[in-house]
Amino acid sequence: MAEIRAEMVANVWKVVASEGDHVDDGDTLVILESMKMEIPVLAEGPGVVAKMHVGEGDVVQEGDLIAVVS
Amino acid sequence: MFESVLVANRAEIARRVIRTGRRMSIRTVAVYSEADADLPYVGEADEAVAIGPAAPAKSYLDASAIIDAARKTGAAAVHPGYGFLAENADFARQVLDAGLIWVGPDPAAIEQMGDKIRARNLMEQAGVPVSPGSRAPVADVAAALAEADRIGYPVMVKAAAGGGGIGMGVAADAAGLAAAFETARSRAERFFSSPEILIERFVERARHVEVQILGLADGRVLALGERDCSVQRRHQKVAEETPSPGVSGGLREQMLTAAVRAGQAVGYRGAGTVECLVDAAAGSFVFLEMNTRLQVEHPVTELVTGIDLVEQQFLVAAGEPPSFDPDAVSPAGHALELRVYAEDPVRFLPGPGRITEWEEPSGEGVRVDAGYRAGNTVTPFYDPLLAKLCVHGADRGQAIERAREAVAAFRVAGPKTNLLFHAELLASAEFTSGDYDTSLVSKLRQP
Repeated sequence: MAEIRAEMVANVWKVVASEGDHVDDGDTLVILESMKMEIPVLAEGPGVVAKMHVGEGDVVQEGDLIAVVS
Repeated sequence: MFESVLVANRAEIARRVIRTGRRMSIRTVAVYSEADADLPYVGEADEAVAIGPAAPAKSYLDASAIIDAARKTGAAAVHPGYGFLAENADFARQVLDAGLIWVGPDPAAIEQMGDKIRARNLMEQAGVPVSPGSRAPVADVAAALAEADRIGYPVMVKAAAGGGGIGMGVAADAAGLAAAFETARSRAERFFSSPEILIERFVERARHVEVQILGLADGRVLALGERDCSVQRRHQKVAEETPSPGVSGGLREQMLTAAVRAGQAVGYRGAGTVECLVDAAAGSFVFLEMNTRLQVEHPVTELVTGIDLVEQQFLVAAGEPPSFDPDAVSPAGHALELRVYAEDPVRFLPGPGRITEWEEPSGEGVRVDAGYRAGNTVTPFYDPLLAKLCVHGADRGQAIERAREAVAAFRVAGPKTNLLFHAELLASAEFTSGDYDTSLVSKLRQP
């Protein structure tokens, strides 16, 4: 099980993956936006998105949980 | 001169404009979003008006909130800074329709230059060199492929209404072009509300060199030297210098003449910048785009010419002559600008946060245009520019030496900063040799 966390303060621009989706290493889970830059948050290995903790428009702080891939 | 000016911007550039306003005894009005209430510029203006929440669309991009603030405070003029509404012709018209003075060029000039396709065509007609590229918007991938075959690879794909490097992409072949086209179009719609895409021949190993122009109230257009902006990451500038180490006397003369012609072609008034790509090996250049506003890196021009460009903007807007003799402009020495961004110095990813320590360097030839101070919070809502560290020296070597000392003395804690990148840049043989192009930063990042 992998916990995917935010690397920085950001706004959640797009939620790309949904709970139950199969993802591979490097697949985009969500796209964050910070300081006029889009930052894709990627799966770190193959698995299933067990839980998506953020929605579009949310603000995440550094270290906040974004998704769990199991 | 008008009695008061509202600065429709934030952070370092608002502070910069306010400084000259105060020196000229012009009453200054700041506007700010909820996220920016504590920033230095808000307190330094004579008056400050809250215009909305943090999201730019609801504050700094809200034209009616800004014009209301001008009415409420009795401001006579509006200075837009750069970014936000600075190159929005509709906003300029609304300012004029409200009976206010617009510190910028005629809205028609903004419009002509804001559309990169129209601007290219206009420049070509005016005898300014342009690179091979589209004369009309490229509608879809099929049209893009046909256009690229005509122009020749590699090509640059970009939003016709774009800026700031957003959505720009280089394609070396047809497969790359399809992907670059889709990316550019989605960004163009999202950031610039226009899906129009332009394709140009990509100039490899090019320097990005721009010319500062100033259209005077009497109609004359002056060229005030060039700035080399080839140090870029993600197509955005990180460091600039003047004079350009890659531009010889003869080429400089041609570029300044072309920039004046570009300004004359649109009846330009006020401060503007003609951006070009220079092929240093061939000693040639092509027009890239014109920015119809004060440029972020304007301080390097100010340092070598001794001319306050914001003062000239105010004078032109008021219909007055410039404060200097246009026939006796003689740049002296060498100037550098280092953009201090809230981002990590390796991958250049954003790192906002609360500033717990902020100590600016000082010393001979050092100028810091900062938007923040200790205790402020750098939020994710705006661009990552914290400050511009500028240095002036008798020659390039002295400017670089002073820049190294200043970078080492600049202390910022809290948010991430790219100061270590600047130290690395100033120590690199690629930069110090002066023989570099827009690929410099990616070369420094190759293992």
